[in-house]
Amino acid sequence: MMNREPKQYDTGEVLPPPTERYTVLGWLHKNLFSTWYYTILTLVTLYVLYIVVKPTLNWAFTQAQWQVVVVNLRLFMVGQYPADQVFRVWIALHLLAFTAGMAWGIFFPRARRIGAAILLIPLLFAALPFISNFSRVNWVLFDVFALLGWGLAIWRPQAMRRPLLVLILAYFPILILLIYGIKPILRIVKTNLWGGLMLTLLLAVVGIVISFPIGILLALGRRSELPIVKLFSVLYIEIIRGVPLVTVLFMAELMLPLFLPPQIKIDNVIRAMAGIIIFEAAYMAENVRGGLQAIPKGQYEAAWALGLNGFQTTFYIILPQALRNVIPVLVNQFISLFKDTTLVAIVGLLDLLGIASTVLAQPEFIGRQREVYLFIALIYWVFSYAMSYASRRLEVALGVGER
Amino acid sequence: MSSVAKVKTTPEQILSLPEEERSAAIESGKSPIVLAYEVHKWYGNFHVLRGVSMEVHKGEVVVIFGPSGSGKSTFIRTINRLEEHQKGSIIVDGVELTHDIRNIEKIRMETGMVFQQFNLFPHLTVLQNITLAPIHVRKWPKEKAEEVAMQLLKRVGIPEQAHKYPGQLSGGQQQRVAIARALAMQPKIMLFDEPTSALDPEMIKEVLEVMEELAESGMTMIVVTHEMGFARAVADQMYFFESGQIVESGTPEEIFTNPKEDRTKLFLSQILH
Ligand SMILES: Nc1ncnc2c1ncn2[C@@H]1O[C@H](COP(=O)(O)OP(=O)(O)OP(=O)(O)O)[C@@H](O)[C@H]1O
Ligand SMILES: [Mg+2]
Repeated sequence: MMNREPKQYDTGEVLPPPTERYTVLGWLHKNLFSTWYYTILTLVTLYVLYIVVKPTLNWAFTQAQWQVVVVNLRLFMVGQYPADQVFRVWIALHLLAFTAGMAWGIFFPRARRIGAAILLIPLLFAALPFISNFSRVNWVLFDVFALLGWGLAIWRPQAMRRPLLVLILAYFPILILLIYGIKPILRIVKTNLWGGLMLTLLLAVVGIVISFPIGILLALGRRSELPIVKLFSVLYIEIIRGVPLVTVLFMAELMLPLFLPPQIKIDNVIRAMAGIIIFEAAYMAENVRGGLQAIPKGQYEAAWALGLNGFQTTFYIILPQALRNVIPVLVNQFISLFKDTTLVAIVGLLDLLGIASTVLAQPEFIGRQREVYLFIALIYWVFSYAMSYASRRLEVALGVGER
Repeated sequence: MSSVAKVKTTPEQILSLPEEERSAAIESGKSPIVLAYEVHKWYGNFHVLRGVSMEVHKGEVVVIFGPSGSGKSTFIRTINRLEEHQKGSIIVDGVELTHDIRNIEKIRMETGMVFQQFNLFPHLTVLQNITLAPIHVRKWPKEKAEEVAMQLLKRVGIPEQAHKYPGQLSGGQQQRVAIARALAMQPKIMLFDEPTSALDPEMIKEVLEVMEELAESGMTMIVVTHEMGFARAVADQMYFFESGQIVESGTPEEIFTNPKEDRTKLFLSQILH
């Protein structure tokens, strides 16, 4: 914890730590065949991999008809969203790339290599043979905007902090306006046309972003000294955590109309969002509470002794530290939510999984389940893996100062 | 069993004065700036403070010492209400500590506290640690708060560390920042709870020097410490705590050369080797 000033010891040259060097055979021997039981384990594992992977690859490259994915690619990505309006989704993505690039430049100015690796992914997409040229250009633009944001942040890190904060706060409303539309400028696109990966991501992002402040309030409420506030928070958290997401979704679909006047009709997507937010807020609260509990009592005492009131202590001292501690946990919550949104297919939304069933109902693609489900599994895996990889790096980056 | 209050002032004497006269009396040294009168506290059934009385006048430096678990920390923490006392009264700068949150906030604004474990805010830079309370509690503009903070950092000898985070400093530097942070609120009284016990020997001196300079500048200080050199150099009064009571009090001269109580003698012989 204590970093003393480096002292000027006269100890001659500085030596790098010894690195282990292996030949291929040496590596194989050390890691796979060092003892007889490792050898057996290695062989068994290789055999299992062989019997699973070989037929899969064989099928994927010789028998599978990927036409079903290629033809329906837009459906998988944005559902029934009108083709001539898809540029709005791209604008939203570019703005996201710009914001993320800026945040990256400000918070991880030295993590250039990981950043560059992430930028390769859109380029890979752009190189896919079967996508339209419009998408190709846009994937490249995505990287351009990311680099632009990053460059600005590197150029003026201090001056860009405030614009970044504004962007982050404004992004969410802008996103909704872009996708949904504003009367004279952008045509309204009803939510029943939203679908595919776009809907999946929207549900996950909306779910996390809105449940975040609610979860913080619930977590603070649970630790509150006011009995009513505390009771409400505890009841809410424990009841919601005691039921599965599907039931909350059904509740939102069936019961929400009961609380609202009959002339107000809310559509399925909003109801599903409400259900997800209600559900996620309870978990968010518990995650944030975990972060709050990790703050030593001395932090409160130091703040009070300085004359800060309860509100100031919470918002300037406790929450910033607690939230920083729980960022990795929150990323994990986001990843599981991203996967759990598949449940909205059950209440009739056309998210990735919902789209899959519509595609499979097309007469020319009957019986193409394997291709379709493998494809969406791949999408889920790519996103989840990328996010968990990013969160691990984030943990390392946050741990560096150990402050 | 409970010791008789060895203070000249009673709470009524202070509280019966009108507000303006109270501060005048404190300024002139007629009334104490801190008065603890027959203070009792329990943790559950455990009687931790058993009738502690003490008066501290403006500009005085008071040292509290005694064995571990005798209630020194508990007592000093009742003065700014980090702990609540259950019987007796505490009056700080003419304001009585009650459940009234406004009184508590008033008193906390006028008292600075330095903890054994520093308790700096790890997510803020040194400068932000120091300016936070002046900006949000005293409502100073940021520039003024930073100017004062830089002066204080010079005073405690580490102006070059202003933009570092606490985790990047040595223990002695952290404690000096903690002192600067408390001073930034321009308190009338400084409370120190074993400020050097978590420090390596070579860093104790740098912190004690800052505290001695502060004492000489006329700050009112209540210090829990076993640094007897410090006590001898700057204390006006010393109080020996045992089992939640003040067993003996006196000037350093009296305590070191002529302690009356056997327990005091025994304790002093232990800590002075
Ligand atoms: N929150 C608490 N709940 C119950 N008992 C407590 C609590 N805090 C302190 N005590 C007890 O009260 C007694 C006095 O504690 P205190 O911290 O005031 O002692 P101290 O004189 O400061 O000792 P030290 O020199 O070890 O710091 C101790 O026996 C301690 O165990
Ligand atoms: Mg103590």
